[in-house]
Amino acid sequence: MGYRLGVDVGGTFTDLLLFDTQTGAFWRHKTPSTPHDSSEGILNGVQAICAAAGIGPSSIDYFLHGTTVATNAVLEGKGARVGLVTTEGYRHIMQIARSFVPGGLAAWIIWPKPTPLARLEDTVTVKGRMDAAGQEVRPLDEGDIRHQLGLLKAKGVEAVTVSLINAYANGAHEARIGELAREILPGIPVSLSHQVLPEMQEYERTLTTVANAAVRPVVSNYVSNLRRRLADTGMAGKLSLLRSDGGLMSAEKAEEHPVNILMSGPAGGVTGALWVAKNAGLKNILTLDVGGTSTDVALIENLEPRRQRETEVGHLKVRASALDVKTVGAGGGSIAYVPELTRALRVGPQSAGAVPGPVAYGKGGELPTVTDANVVLGYLPENLLGGSFQLDREGAKRAVQTIADALGIDLMAAARGIIDIVNENMFGALRMISVQQGYDPRHFALMGFGGAGPLHVNAVARLMGSWPAVSPVSPGVLCALGDATTRMRTETARSFSKLASATEAAELIAVLDEMAAQTRTELLADGVPADEISCAFEIDVRYAGQAFEVPLTITPEALKAEGVAAILHRFDEEHHRLFTFNMDTPHEIVNLRAVALGRALDLPAAELPKGDGNPAAARMRDHTLWMDGREQAAVIYDRAKLRQGDVIPGPAIVVEMDSTTLIESGCVATVDRVGNILINLA
Amino acid sequence: MPATIVATNQTPFRQVPIDPVTLDIIENALRNARIEMDATLVRTAMSPGIREQGDAFPLIADHTGKMIVGQFGSFIGGFLASYDGTLEDGDMIFLSDPYSCEGAISHSNDWLVLLPVFKDGRLLAYTAMFGHQSDIGGKVVGSMPIKAHSIFEEGVRVPPVKIWKKGEFNAELMKLVLHQTRKPDWCQADFNALVASCRVAARRVIEMAERFGDDIYVSATQELLARNHRAMQALIGMAVAEEPVSFEDYICDDGMGYGPYRMRCTMWREGEKVVLDFAGTDPQSAASINFYLNENMFKMFFGIYMIMVFDPQILFNDGFYDLIEVRIPEGSLLKPKFPAALSGRTHALGRIFDILGGLLGQKTPEFLNAAGFSSSPHLFYSGNDHRPGKGGEWFQLFQIGFGGIPGRPLGDGPDGHSLWPGFTNVPNEFLERYFPMRIERYETEPDSGGAGLHRGGNGIHMTYRFLASGTISIHDDRWFVPPWGVNGGEPGQRARKVLERADGTTEIVGNKVEDVAVAEGDQLHFITWGGGGWGDPLARDPALVGLEITQGLVTPAGARAYGVVADAAGAIDAAATEALRTELRAARGDLPLFSFGPSIEQLRAACAAETGLPAPIQPQWAMAEAAE
Repeated sequence: MGYRLGVDVGGTFTDLLLFDTQTGAFWRHKTPSTPHDSSEGILNGVQAICAAAGIGPSSIDYFLHGTTVATNAVLEGKGARVGLVTTEGYRHIMQIARSFVPGGLAAWIIWPKPTPLARLEDTVTVKGRMDAAGQEVRPLDEGDIRHQLGLLKAKGVEAVTVSLINAYANGAHEARIGELAREILPGIPVSLSHQVLPEMQEYERTLTTVANAAVRPVVSNYVSNLRRRLADTGMAGKLSLLRSDGGLMSAEKAEEHPVNILMSGPAGGVTGALWVAKNAGLKNILTLDVGGTSTDVALIENLEPRRQRETEVGHLKVRASALDVKTVGAGGGSIAYVPELTRALRVGPQSAGAVPGPVAYGKGGELPTVTDANVVLGYLPENLLGGSFQLDREGAKRAVQTIADALGIDLMAAARGIIDIVNENMFGALRMISVQQGYDPRHFALMGFGGAGPLHVNAVARLMGSWPAVSPVSPGVLCALGDATTRMRTETARSFSKLASATEAAELIAVLDEMAAQTRTELLADGVPADEISCAFEIDVRYAGQAFEVPLTITPEALKAEGVAAILHRFDEEHHRLFTFNMDTPHEIVNLRAVALGRALDLPAAELPKGDGNPAAARMRDHTLWMDGREQAAVIYDRAKLRQGDVIPGPAIVVEMDSTTLIESGCVATVDRVGNILINLA
Repeated sequence: MPATIVATNQTPFRQVPIDPVTLDIIENALRNARIEMDATLVRTAMSPGIREQGDAFPLIADHTGKMIVGQFGSFIGGFLASYDGTLEDGDMIFLSDPYSCEGAISHSNDWLVLLPVFKDGRLLAYTAMFGHQSDIGGKVVGSMPIKAHSIFEEGVRVPPVKIWKKGEFNAELMKLVLHQTRKPDWCQADFNALVASCRVAARRVIEMAERFGDDIYVSATQELLARNHRAMQALIGMAVAEEPVSFEDYICDDGMGYGPYRMRCTMWREGEKVVLDFAGTDPQSAASINFYLNENMFKMFFGIYMIMVFDPQILFNDGFYDLIEVRIPEGSLLKPKFPAALSGRTHALGRIFDILGGLLGQKTPEFLNAAGFSSSPHLFYSGNDHRPGKGGEWFQLFQIGFGGIPGRPLGDGPDGHSLWPGFTNVPNEFLERYFPMRIERYETEPDSGGAGLHRGGNGIHMTYRFLASGTISIHDDRWFVPPWGVNGGEPGQRARKVLERADGTTEIVGNKVEDVAVAEGDQLHFITWGGGGWGDPLARDPALVGLEITQGLVTPAGARAYGVVADAAGAIDAAATEALRTELRAARGDLPLFSFGPSIEQLRAACAAETGLPAPIQPQWAMAEAAE
């Protein structure tokens, strides 16, 4: 095997990571993103990284890509104009949504009214009705359908979706309307809810189908443009995109089901963390991906990241599997302020973004940010590596002083206060995915990445009791690393909704077999060799009447051997772990899921030369920083010169091209075999 | 006799200075603990009312019982004053009687658990949560009888009892309570969920104390209270005048043919203190629409409404309570005397918020919202399912509906959304799968939102087709007195209920009815109110009105309220629109701050013709006058 190239396009930078699958050697590159046409930035990066590695683009076998193109299309309302066909009586399904207004009492006063993803004027209804058992109550009226589709055609919709009530139980009506739509609106893509998401809950199914249709043309244009431009460079490798659930899918399949790549961006960091964890010998990891405006956190248990059944984009919750990534509005650019009324110190969620950015960047920012506080405290040294980027520490001090004055404390206390608050916000998000899900964070390591993760990871690990705090190799391009190192994946789900007492194991096995066949077929079609495909299954169980299901992994073999009762026993244990009680209520089997996976790649990491434990060779200069309420002497190290086994006592700073790792006083860092920095309490 | 707190460690907490950053960190951690309470509850509860709709409310209090996080204010002080028992480590209080806690919960359906949190022998905090039980027995399914004259008809009443006593669960007591309900499985699950939530929060509080130290944690809670006090003090000085302002609104009827019932509140400032006086509110009802309003709860509502526009990030607590005095006349609709029936309190509870909005906004019209709280419209449907394969099994549904959010300074009110925090609708496919019904229609009711520069949200037109014979009950309001508009905006349309029998005949049904028999194939049109409009409807962009015609939100006839002449396709006749607007402008005077619509007398006179229902009869009281 040859080269895998991971490419992650972010708002500011496009990160690339080229991986030699034989030696584990890798090259990384960062180039400015080109929002008007991302492929431009990607092409620049491809040329540069290939030159660095001394290969031609034609040597790349796999081009693996995490992208926010679908996410942005939804957030910015730049998707296709979607016409929606739904059941008579349900025209306002997207307008009413779930009637939910976020926030507390009286929050309706300040909640902006959302606009549905499929415009109401482009929503039509048709006669015909299925019941909850999938029986036809009223037939379709073809004349009516033709008329309604004609209306959509006249409106000039760019995509058609059909989502009828109870279609999850019987999709025959949708299928017929789909046929007519293809006839009446030739060339317009049509999607049917029972195919996109054969699950109960009309709003979620409709939204998911509409979201899929809305982003399809955008993703399709994006992919074909990218494919063409890559082909121009001579790259003939396979193009795959990263799914929200951390697996890969072929670009062709992503064009069809873009709803699966809505959270492609954040998923890259988690899969990258997974690869790092394997090499660092860690099994349980909490991830802390700190960007300019927000922080993403996720939980990996036993080298398996937690997934959820929903993908959240803005205020929309789409039913598609995604890694369970929580986002808080806390990042390097988060603005600190003191409201006059309460005199509290607040940090974020407003952000200075890339423009004007933190004051220290000297691009016109005037409000104090987290980055400015880091600069004032000396955690971000003024001369970053290479000296191409000079930080304005005096400007940062002036800005943070305004916070100090408002609070009546001194400059350094205010700066550390800003850091403490933002760390606390990250801590809150981490608790939601750990403690709140019944996991003890003390059994996890904390890995910080993204531009600012390694600056905060030590302090947040202290709050969590999660050791070691890990600054992975190339933390700035970990998403691209994740893109490059993960494997193919597809999944399908079915509503089952039956009491366990009325369910035979054989019945479940039959459905599982059928789903396994379906997912295998999909991966085969994506070019995965048959002998590399493995299948896994999950079953959602709850006490009948509950809204919350516990997903449990199962195998048909175990089911055959132990029957349904063994699953229920595991459910009771899990429920008790989560909520501290069990009930006599009957169990309900809610959903079944099958996942097909391509082969897990055994990609080695390149080893660093062995050192003698003394990092002196990497020492750049002495430094002072402010920590634990006083000024302290510290040392700055060059990460590129560290060797395995080096031991760095805190306080210290390790700098590299695109990231800075802070080791706090009272802590000590060691460099592992492949270059990860592991920080523990001294 | 007040409660006796049994603490094995008598050392008082030391008040220590807190740096502002630690304070903000603790505030944040408390906020997270509360979010965790909600999440735990929704995941483990079973009744659709809680698990799908979120009808439950959490609270974390300091060691003296003052609320630090929550939204309904603390009742603990009052509870402690009247509870004549001990409270010690391992105890948990369970109650459901509103008269035992000064109305902290306002009908017996709300079950409340209260957990004193001890650490190292000292009482450190309280956590509490209450949630609406779908059935607690009593004379009607759902336990909210409209035609009840006393609380004894409204199901099981639990006085404050120890469901856990020094760590020991009283299973016999639980058995006794559950024996009274038609849905013991739901009640058991929901009860467990409430307990689990309180225990989660208690763990978090203890962790915080371990992390920062007990004294720092407790001192921080006191400082958080003080911070709210200071903020509210400043706000009150800015926004409340010494000159009294009054506002009144109505509950349409009591379900027994009488109404409307007036609720009136007058607000003024005396120095740094605000007085909110409900003098002029009608006396208590002989039916179940009484709302036992806890004074502290109302202080909290007031605070939240005051501050929402100024600093939505603040964490509300009880700290400002001594700045507000609430006066509620004894024996009035809002402070009924035992054993008045209380189960139908939802209407007055909703109306309280319209009154608050009207009171607070009078001096600052730019912050004024229109009216929108009807209540929480309820539908109950129950019976035995005799369809093939169902074996005649018992079913009972309790569903909360939604209407239009009012027009707001921010813009249009959302259509068919919830004014209550955290509430969601139940998916119709869920209803069809688990209940013998088909939802034939689930759309917004066009034109029901009041016209305005910012349109009030439309109500919902939901059509239930019943597939099994059974009985239904309906609880709704705002069918007689319309939701008012502001700053020139028009009132929203009123709620309606129409029963369409399987044979095609239709009948108007009241908005507070119970035990109405329905047969297989009958359809109920459950139409909710629209929110009032905000600002001059003649200033609304005609193109937007036209667009909303094509969206089915406004009709061509309804467009005339905006002075817009358009056809069914939403095409605007610009000249005719200009002429109509000119004519309407000439015919009207200055724009009123409030548009209430017709007077009560006019409403009464036109009632039968407009609503299909007889006008409610003016209630008479022995005392002849409104309570003072």
